[in-house]
Amino acid sequence: MSKPKVETLVDKKGIDRAVARLSHEILEKNNGAESLVLIGILTRGAHLARRIAQRIKEIEAAEIPVGLMDINLYRDDVHSKLDQPVIQRTEILFDVRDKNVILVDDVLYTGRTIRAALDQIIDFGRPRSIQLAVLIDRGHRELPIRPDFVGKNIPTAKDDRVLVRLSETDDEELVKIVRQGMSLAGPAAPERKKKGGKKA
Amino acid sequence: MSLRSRHLIGLEGVAREEIKLILDTAETFREIIERPIKKVPTLRGLTVLNLFYEPSTRTRISFELAEKRLSADSISFATATSSVKKGESLRDTVQNIEAMKIDMVVVRHSSAGVPYYLTQCLDSNIINGGDGTHEHPTQALLDMFTIRRKYGKLDGLRVILVGDVKHSRVTRSNIWGLKTMGASVAVCGPSTLLPYEVEKFGVDVYTSIEEALDGADVVNIMRIQLERQQAGMFPSQREYTNLWGLTRERLRLLNKNYTVMHPGPMNRGVEITNEVADGDASVILEQVTNGVAVRMAVLYLLSGKKEEETQ
Repeated sequence: MSKPKVETLVDKKGIDRAVARLSHEILEKNNGAESLVLIGILTRGAHLARRIAQRIKEIEAAEIPVGLMDINLYRDDVHSKLDQPVIQRTEILFDVRDKNVILVDDVLYTGRTIRAALDQIIDFGRPRSIQLAVLIDRGHRELPIRPDFVGKNIPTAKDDRVLVRLSETDDEELVKIVRQGMSLAGPAAPERKKKGGKKA
Repeated sequence: MSLRSRHLIGLEGVAREEIKLILDTAETFREIIERPIKKVPTLRGLTVLNLFYEPSTRTRISFELAEKRLSADSISFATATSSVKKGESLRDTVQNIEAMKIDMVVVRHSSAGVPYYLTQCLDSNIINGGDGTHEHPTQALLDMFTIRRKYGKLDGLRVILVGDVKHSRVTRSNIWGLKTMGASVAVCGPSTLLPYEVEKFGVDVYTSIEEALDGADVVNIMRIQLERQQAGMFPSQREYTNLWGLTRERLRLLNKNYTVMHPGPMNRGVEITNEVADGDASVILEQVTNGVAVRMAVLYLLSGKKEEETQ
């Protein structure tokens, strides 16, 4: 097994542009900011949700409510883990009923996190719609879930790890990929039998 | 970060980081019990047995609600309507119930040590819901949670535990927990209701309630356990009220922004007067609400911890 290879995929400018484009697309698809709410999945989806809200404010001069969500209590693998994950606070201080909810996360991978988030949102009320915005779509879905808004599509092998680093919590601002094994593992790399990356 | 043990028998020996983890996790659950749908699917598929060999209102309902809010299946067992009445032993009772596949047991018993004993004969996670005069860890955790919510800290606060210290498992758990979290603790009561060598817990000891209350932030009142007293530990209830009851006049000795607590059930007019129990500084009902969140946190953090995974 050769050394893991780290590669930067998106830099600070690239993240800025992606957030700007996502904001425009969200507004365009929803015909403006009315009845729009953002819910970010902790930790980095929440940062992105706040950034998108800020962008939308600059574009439309509209204040959009932002909620934060920890999905750990809705995971489908709680009992199979050695230690329970430390849960953070879910803060949805508005009514989701009849709202168009934009769910925001950093990386879309198997889709299991999004399944958990959908279940949790619906426990808060019945939104008019739920749409999904992600910064990175890395493929390998295990559930029938697809994003409505994508910052960047990145082909990956199953055992690669995609890391989004944002200045709010990290000391850098970029998206990088840690490629395991053969460094040739490109878009068409064969799936290897091993546990997937951190992102579920 | 996680809990070291797969059981919660007492707060003695539980580390500061572990208590902090439980209290922090409880904050999250406190928000869930205010939601329109007060339920998360986290413990779906797990079965919890509530084994109560002693009467209980708050603790049993609180645990049952905590289990339901986490989507666990819960069964409650009361000795009065069970084969315990036909003479079935504790060990046989629990092993038969575990044979029907349960995952966690909450136990209350009049004998100290029963929860520990169950860890030796069952595979389930065991949570102590109060054993004899030993410990009642979830009550102390919810007391600390309630104090921390009000003051934002436990460090440096002065907490007085007044009343029947001798028979009170709540007192013992509170002493262990509060001291670990950096609070300064004192106990107060008639000398007949103070255990021998109680100062070895590292607490200040008073027989005068006036001296004890002077300069304290929190006063937590321990019920006079009339059912546990064979001999008269004090001449009369009226004398107890005169000398150790928490009255409005005595509250003036406390620090500003003081708090009055009672784990329930209250003997109104004995250890606490009505006006104090229902006063502005009383957080007695808040304690009960917080109890559900704290018990959810304990169930969540212990669930799924198996024998081979912990030492």
